[in-house]
Parts: sequence; structure tokens; C-alpha cells
Amino acid sequence: MKLTKSDVENVALLARLELTEGEKERLTERLNQLLVHFEELQQLDTSGVEPTSHSIPVHNVFRNDAVLPSLTPDEALSNAPERSDDYFVVPQVVDI
Amino acid sequence: MDLNKLTAHELSKKLRDREVSSVEITQAVLNRIDSIDGKVRAYITTTPEQAIKTAQNVDERRGRGEELSPMAGIPIAIKDNMCTKGTLTTCASKILHNFVPPYDATVVKRLNAQGAVIVGKTNMDEFAMGSSTENSAFFPTHNPWDLDRVPGGSSGGSAAAVAADESIVALGSDTGGSIRQPASYCGVVGVKPTYGRVSRYGLVAFASSLDQIGPLTKDVTDSALLLQAISGKDPSDSTSVDVPVPDFVGALRNDVRGLKIGIPKEFFAQGVKPEVCEAVLAALDLLRGLGAECKEISMPIMEHGLPTYYIIAPSEASSNLARYDAVRYGLRSKTSTDVMTMLSRTRDEGFGDEVKQRIMIGTYALSAGYYDAYYLKAQQVRTLIRQAYDEAFQEFDVIISPTCPSPAFGIGEKTDDPFEMKLADVCTIPVNLAGIPAIALPCGFHQGLPIGMQITGKAFDEETILRTAYTFEQNTDYHTRRANF
Repeated sequence: MKLTKSDVENVALLARLELTEGEKERLTERLNQLLVHFEELQQLDTSGVEPTSHSIPVHNVFRNDAVLPSLTPDEALSNAPERSDDYFVVPQVVDI
Repeated sequence: MDLNKLTAHELSKKLRDREVSSVEITQAVLNRIDSIDGKVRAYITTTPEQAIKTAQNVDERRGRGEELSPMAGIPIAIKDNMCTKGTLTTCASKILHNFVPPYDATVVKRLNAQGAVIVGKTNMDEFAMGSSTENSAFFPTHNPWDLDRVPGGSSGGSAAAVAADESIVALGSDTGGSIRQPASYCGVVGVKPTYGRVSRYGLVAFASSLDQIGPLTKDVTDSALLLQAISGKDPSDSTSVDVPVPDFVGALRNDVRGLKIGIPKEFFAQGVKPEVCEAVLAALDLLRGLGAECKEISMPIMEHGLPTYYIIAPSEASSNLARYDAVRYGLRSKTSTDVMTMLSRTRDEGFGDEVKQRIMIGTYALSAGYYDAYYLKAQQVRTLIRQAYDEAFQEFDVIISPTCPSPAFGIGEKTDDPFEMKLADVCTIPVNLAGIPAIALPCGFHQGLPIGMQITGKAFDEETILRTAYTFEQNTDYHTRRANF
């Protein structure tokens, strides 16, 4: 399973990373190096083995639907790169 | 007497006996930071004014006769991936270079309530991804035992600060070994608790099913004290487990009679330096002499830990790091005009190479068509690893191995090969995959560099691994050795 530069570009789009040409080349090489190591897992027999996503039994943890103190709007907006009143400002998203 | 050179439990006694004040201790630590951190570079941010204020407050409370916790008045350093309200928290990343959290991590809240004195935020590999602290976007940290060598990672700053007496104790985080490996490279004690023992609320997430916060300290007693202070169910972290917190300090007895120790031969295999094997085997001889029973075992599945981790952790990271989108906090690229570019260019500018690499591999492993071959497969191998430990713990109380295959390597030595650097984690990674606790502590030296041993235990049995470590420590003097400055 060898990754091409085009594969890397597709993944970069999914990951929302605007890679430079140099980065694309280096990453293609690096990822292919890593994938070789991943191939060895294919040799293991895991038929019938349940996947583990959590090391402890995690169940839905609920609380009462009651209003509790939380961040104020000022606190929540305190790191905003751009702010207007109680809004985070971003470039236009929707074409009107 | 240099107060900064003592342990938390020694200082706690002096504070209770009114021999010293917390202000004096804090000032000694701050002076030490001023004097040597230019060379060690353990800290990203120091908070001297706040620290002195906290110390004064604790001294006043003690003066009024208030009953205080063992951590009260003790200076502590916090790894820079734990949110500290009002204090810069960067995760050693450009993308968070200006992030000031509006809330405290639960562990920070608990330590503040107990009167611990936070002196600063320590350096780390960016977003906790790395084994040397060389991946910090700002600067590398230097090993106090040899400034040309790495302190390990990703909690390198915390480990170095404790080893160099630039803090009394510190907090780190561990996803694949990031507390234990730097502990062993820096000759200090580090504990990764059972997954769910300590709240992750306010710990900037890397791999949510693997991350845990834990202590880095000069000796085992201090680790027990600090672990006690931060453990316990937290309603803000639904992966924290509702089990009672035992008396960790009370569990410290100099006694391993009848203790059954398993020694997996896979962790002593090729790649592990002879001096490391020798030191750990000598440690096992000592424990045998004190009444423990040791037996070599084989856990062949452990050989597959690295690729399993390097699929699971980056996959979880690719999801966790999606939040860095230039909208609500952190860096926003100056040259973008539309949303897509704002997003993608900011992330390319703000993340370092290792982080981008891991996001890419994680995104790929989870993407349609590859999920089964990589992520699902890795999850199944994770089950096999857990089962192997479950089986071993039917016969044994603890498992002992080296922490790392070698002592600390040179700065710049391993940055070329992506997999070579990661081999440093081969002994520590399976522990995170299984969610069980482990402690790393010094067990020898080679050419002036510390060597560490790792003691792994059953889930929620930190008491036994602490007792084993304490017994070893009390019958040796590695914990009294300090780097020469």
C-alpha cells in the first residue's frame, strides 16, 4: 500500500491542512515509511477479537437537566481572534 | 540549606513544625529558576508574583492554626498542556501561543484549593507528541545530567525542573510514556495512574482513550502525596472512574515479601542496551533478596505495541486537534480571506511537523476504505494486549521491565528517522493501551546518565506498584543523587 502525492493531497484536504509542496513530498515519504510498520499488524490473527476503544467500561454518564454555572460570554470570547459583541467573527461562510 | 533541594514530604514537615515558611521555600525555587533555567530551559512561563502571593496566603492560614493539606505551601510546576486560568497555556505550539484559558483544569483547581504554589508552566513536545521535548515549537529543554542531551518527552520540562531542583514536584501527562520516559532520562520518579484515576478535564486532549495526568517527583513518597492530591472522580470528566481513592502514602511499606514479579523477556530483547538490562536485572536481584519472587514470562503480543499505538493515538489526535480552527482561540493566519484558507493555512502555519505528520496518519487511518485495515485492526490488537496483561496478572502482582531501551540520547541525534525516535517508547506504550498504572524510578547510572525501571500493576492497584517502588528506593540511594550544576 504505497501512498502517492495525490493521496496525501486528499488526506490533507480532509485534515484541513494547507501543505506546501515541500511538505507534501516529505509527508508522502514519511507516511510510507510508517505504513510499512503498520503492515506487520496484518499478519496477526485477530478473527473473533472484539475491538477495544476504551480500557475501562465506559457507559453513558448523565446528569440532571438543570442549569449550572458555566463560562460567561466574556470569558468564552476572551481569546477570540476577532470579536463583535457576543460573536466570534469569521470570513463569510455562506454565499448569499 | 537549600530549601529547593528537599522533597515535598520533608518540606511539609518543616512547614508544620514552623521551621520554614512557604514564602522562603518558594523564593528558593524562584531563585534557582533564575539562576539555571537559562541553561536547562524547563519553563515556558513562570508565575513568580502569583506564587509568592499564594505562599503568603498559605503561611497566613497556617499561622491562624488552620489544618492544611500536605501539598499546602509546596511549589509545583505544571506541564503546559493543562489549563491554568489567567495564565498562558500553549501546549508548546504556535497555534496556542497566545491562549489564556478562562478556566482551570480540575487537577489545577484541586491543587489550588489545597494551597499548592504553582511556580510556572513547563516545556513539552508540541501537543504532547514526541519523546524528547525537541518538538516544542519554542525551544528544546536540556537534561540536567548532561545539557547536550534530551530530558525525554513529552513531559521533558516537568522532569528536568524536578531533577534540577527548579521545582519541588511537577505534573506531567502520559499518553505513550510521556511521564515515565522523561522520569527515567532525568533520574526522577514518575507515575502514570490507571486510566480514569485522575480527571482529564482541562488537560488539552491528545488521545482521549490513552491520556492521563500524573506526578513527577524526587522520590516515591512525593509521588504518592501528589497522586493523592489530584485523584478522584470528577463530574466534569465522564471518563473518570467512580472508585474510592486509597491512602497511597499509607500504602508505602518497606516490604515485598511474597510479592510475585513477572519479567516479560520481550522488554529485554534486542534494541535494549546492555547497561539498561544489567541495571534492571540487578534491581530484580535486590527485590528477590528482600523476599519477592521473580519469574521470566513471555508476552509476544507486546512486540506489536508500537504500530498499534501509532495508529490509535494519531487517529484520536486527528479528531481532537480538529478544534484548532482559528475561530474561537489561538492563531489566525494573517493572509487568509475565506474560511477554508483561514482554517487550512492557520493549521499549516500553527502546527509543527510532528503534529502535522500525526494528524495526517490519523486522518488516513480513519478514512473510508482504510478504517478496517488500520484503525479497527489496531483496536483488536489493543484487546489482545489487554488480555495478555489480564492473564499475566492472574499469576503476578506486578510486572517489571526497563522504562526505556537506553539512557538519554543527544539533542538532534534522532530527529531524522521517524520510527527510531519512537522506539524509545516500546516498553511504555502497552501500559497506556491497557489502561493500567505504572511507575518509573531510577535504578542505576551509566556514564553519569540515569537508568530507570518500570513497575506495572493491575488496574486501580497503584498501591502495590508504589509499595514495590518504595521498598526498592528505601534499600538503595539512587533517589538521593542529584545532577551536578
